[in-house]
Amino acid sequence: MFDFSVVTKWIDNLFNRVMPEWLSVTIECVLVAAALLVAYLVLAMVYIMYERWVCAWIQCRRGPLRVGPWGSLQIFADVLKMLIKEIVRLWNTDKFLFWLAPFFVVVASVITFACLPWGKGMQVIDFNIGVFFITAISSLGVLGILLAGWSSNSKYTLIGAMRSGAQMVSYELSVGISILTIVCLAGTMSITGIVEAQENGWFIFTGHIPAIIAFVIYMIAANAETNRGPFDLPEAEHELTAGYHSEYSGLHFGYFYLAEYLNLFIVSGIASLLFLGGWMPLHISGWDSFNAVMDFIPPTLWFLGKALFMSFVFIWARWSFPRVRIDQLLALEWRYLMPIGLFNLVLMAVIVSFGWHF
Amino acid sequence: MANIQEQISKICRSAQFDESGEFLLVTVPDENWHATARALKEDLGFDYLTALVGVDWKDSMGCVYYLTNSQTQEIIHVKVTTANREKPLLHSVSDVWAVANYQEREVYDFFGITFINHPDMRRFFLRNDWVGYPLRKDYDADPNLNPVPHDDEQNEDETFSLVESENGELKRVDKKVFADDEYVINVGPQHPSTHGVMRYRASLEGEVVKKVDVVSGYIHRGIEKLCEGLMYPQTLLYTERMDYMSAFMNRHALCLCIEKALGIEVPHRAELIRMMMDELMRISSHLLSYGCLTMDQGATTAFFYGFRERELIYDIFDRTCGARMSMSYDTIGGVVADVHPDFVKDVRNLCDVVEDKLKEYHKLFTGNVIAVNRMKGVGLLSKEDAINYAVTGPTGRASGVHCDVRKTHPYSLYDEVEFDEIILNGGDSMDRYMVRMKEIEQSIKILRQCCDMMDKEEGNEYCATVPKMIKLPAGHWYQQVEASRGAFGVYLESDGDPKPFQKPYRMHFQSPCFNLVGIVDLTCKDNLIADLITITASIDYVIPDIDR
Amino acid sequence: MEVKNPKIKSMKHEDFKNNDYIERLVADLNASGTNVVVGKLDQLINWGRANSLWPFCFGTSCCAIEFMCLGAARYDMARFGFEVARNSPRQADYIMCQGTITHRMAPALIRLYEQMAEPKYVIACGACTVSGGPFKKSYCVVKGVDEIIPVDVYLPGCPPRPEAMFYALLQLQRKIKLQKFFGGDNRKESRQKFFEQQAKKQKETPNAQTPNIAEDAQAMPGKED
Repeated sequence: MFDFSVVTKWIDNLFNRVMPEWLSVTIECVLVAAALLVAYLVLAMVYIMYERWVCAWIQCRRGPLRVGPWGSLQIFADVLKMLIKEIVRLWNTDKFLFWLAPFFVVVASVITFACLPWGKGMQVIDFNIGVFFITAISSLGVLGILLAGWSSNSKYTLIGAMRSGAQMVSYELSVGISILTIVCLAGTMSITGIVEAQENGWFIFTGHIPAIIAFVIYMIAANAETNRGPFDLPEAEHELTAGYHSEYSGLHFGYFYLAEYLNLFIVSGIASLLFLGGWMPLHISGWDSFNAVMDFIPPTLWFLGKALFMSFVFIWARWSFPRVRIDQLLALEWRYLMPIGLFNLVLMAVIVSFGWHF
Repeated sequence: MANIQEQISKICRSAQFDESGEFLLVTVPDENWHATARALKEDLGFDYLTALVGVDWKDSMGCVYYLTNSQTQEIIHVKVTTANREKPLLHSVSDVWAVANYQEREVYDFFGITFINHPDMRRFFLRNDWVGYPLRKDYDADPNLNPVPHDDEQNEDETFSLVESENGELKRVDKKVFADDEYVINVGPQHPSTHGVMRYRASLEGEVVKKVDVVSGYIHRGIEKLCEGLMYPQTLLYTERMDYMSAFMNRHALCLCIEKALGIEVPHRAELIRMMMDELMRISSHLLSYGCLTMDQGATTAFFYGFRERELIYDIFDRTCGARMSMSYDTIGGVVADVHPDFVKDVRNLCDVVEDKLKEYHKLFTGNVIAVNRMKGVGLLSKEDAINYAVTGPTGRASGVHCDVRKTHPYSLYDEVEFDEIILNGGDSMDRYMVRMKEIEQSIKILRQCCDMMDKEEGNEYCATVPKMIKLPAGHWYQQVEASRGAFGVYLESDGDPKPFQKPYRMHFQSPCFNLVGIVDLTCKDNLIADLITITASIDYVIPDIDR
Repeated sequence: MEVKNPKIKSMKHEDFKNNDYIERLVADLNASGTNVVVGKLDQLINWGRANSLWPFCFGTSCCAIEFMCLGAARYDMARFGFEVARNSPRQADYIMCQGTITHRMAPALIRLYEQMAEPKYVIACGACTVSGGPFKKSYCVVKGVDEIIPVDVYLPGCPPRPEAMFYALLQLQRKIKLQKFFGGDNRKESRQKFFEQQAKKQKETPNAQTPNIAEDAQAMPGKED
């Protein structure tokens, strides 16, 4: 399999040969950041259109198809409009926090996005505590939402923000526990380590029943983490108009919109990393020729494909289920998901220590 | 009847009786009215206040109360008047029939009649700063008195009631709707799930609703006053714009009422067509309410599925009437034109499609664990409350009340077809939803029988001969039909004006949604704010029907 | 740069029944003259704006049901990019007034309009909002929303069919394509004119209250307490 670190090392050597180390590091940082941001934006646009088309398909509609061929330019029109739309200034609000909130949300999602590996050696930095870092940084987003709701000085946004706070803090636990289950199985917290441990079989297949339980719990909790239906209470359109971002307009609203779709990609990406082998191709032991063919598909495509598939499941759930109520939402987490998750963790520990997994 | 008269005269000696009209008319002086009302409800079983109509007779003003006995389905009406035009006072019966609370507020709004002992005398439809009482005959309609306002309305937190002490003294007691320390949040008038421009002010404790104050009138268009300035055929237009989801039924009601007053016999075929249209409309309306209920709970896809089948119904309307909504098809004496040649075929096809798709709806939404949890046991309405608040239609039937006008007072050809009245006893959101879904099945059943009747129908007379100038004799009439959301009643009073262009003296529309909105506070109390949305969606009112 | 008749993908210029207004706008623009660079930029921006019109869900009566049909499967306005129906006025691009506006609703509508972010457009949908319609003689109905807010497209019908709503939306698209963003915003100017006239009219009528449009634009619809 192609190791992308060959390329990065070559660039690094090239820079070091012609310029001092501090300069080369700076330039590399800038290059990486630019690449990341571009990928971020492109993905966000792809995702917005992806959701629209999937949703239209589910709802027996056609979806965007007039702007550009098959509606492919629709998203550019949307972005263009959003960029020059007026940003309404509000009175009687905490202006600093009001302006800060959307950036918080976007920055949290950009940093989390940066941690995802796109292929072998194709990631910004490989921590030995990578998974831990992702969980930590992704929960920053809730701060932005709380700030947005509070600083807007409106009762609706405040209710949305409070719901969001309660929801995200609770479901963070379940996400954490199901990730921990996989860490337990992989024996490492490094993302590369986890992916490489799945070379001979994805965890969802090799991890026995606990991995499947962890997968289900992760799917539910991650859906709640991203504030998507059926857990879209913070912005519950039909109760709170637009929830915490009711008062945001123009680009600020665009940030929330962007982050929402990117978070969808991030949770699908993490799901595919932990359970579906990330950029690892599908290998079936014994079928050597099949494996060779699978290896031929580049790892980035594998990763994207898996993430898109997971997102499809999320979108499907969003457009099919009615919304839960806040008390039901919290009951689901604290009464069911978390106890099951904890038990599952113990089960996984037992299985791993006795070596019962495949 | 004689028995009722005897009993009433026992309670109130000065009561006068008139049996000449369609229902027994009792005239009761105001000072005896409250005691009589209580006896009528408790002893004689007239527990349903079907309609409360305020009328200005120029020399006097007053109310006409239509009462129904929910056991025997007998109807009487009571007239209470006051001669004082400057400061008209009547006794409130809101403690006898809870539904009278809002209806008396409506009368206060339109006629300026203050009700003694009413708990909350505020205007219902018009702004607080409105000058005059529009439905009085001497109302000054100068637009400069009431210009289009550009400034926001002040929150009408202050209210008053006129309390009568034991020795008959009247005292004005000022009250506040919400206490100062209550956390009041405003839902509406522009809110995605109030289904229009309804406004609730809900007092919250955390996310739990403690009290809901209904502020209505954001789409009050003064239809009743407008009708007084038009000839009878012209007034038909407005019925379709009240509850646009039961346009046919509303128009049917007014047509029936005028035909009753004129004594016209409507051709069998015309009545059959009207009935089929009514049932098509009912399916369309219930599909819409399915869509809105699911949408309000976040299941957007179900909404699209509901609308997909509604388009087929629209196609049928479009072919026969030439319009998708506001069809203007029923007319006095029948219908304006014969149906499209493919009508029966289309309806048969529709029945098959909808019957098939209903399974899909149930699969997608009804069995869903989230949906069940959100609706089961939420927003309970007991049978007693349903009767007390005069709730009819699917909402009333979900609470176990036998209130389908098609069964209780059959009109049109409903006694010729076979169908079941769906009655469930849970009284929660789930049952209200299920009643609607099951009524779609019953409507399909009716439509299939109608199609067979259409095939057998001989001749194609679709409209009776009606005089060019419609003149009604002096008198008043009341006609109810079963609209999609409950019993829709039309009160029509004519002064027998001999002039060629006769106009109705008073026309009142007793809309089912007006009563439905009365139970919002009752059902939402101690539920979560998210439930307020599902409960109102399951009650399923149409705002223009409330405001008229 | 010479301004031509606006082109939209969905319908040809000749197929529209009423082109005179658009042609007048084109003539106006040509008379004032525009720099080529600025003109091209404007075209790009207008292309974006015209193809991404997000509606604000504002329905008071029958027309709202037809608007729902417009969004539903058969008509599906998402095809044209009118996709994301927003419930918060801050994020919407146009408000389609569906249904009668009464005296009680008028201040709320003004407030909603003021809360929307620029550029914002108004379609008066249905006879009631165009002129008061069947309720023109009523004591508490606003005789056309253009008494209180500036209207871009008038759409008659009671209620208009979804096809008619598409026609109105396409008209709006064409109108947007003739607007200037750089160098004198002609949309803003006409808006300014409207409010000046209105203020004058208010002063002339006796008993009228002083207009306080543009104030109170900070809070959400009816969420003042």
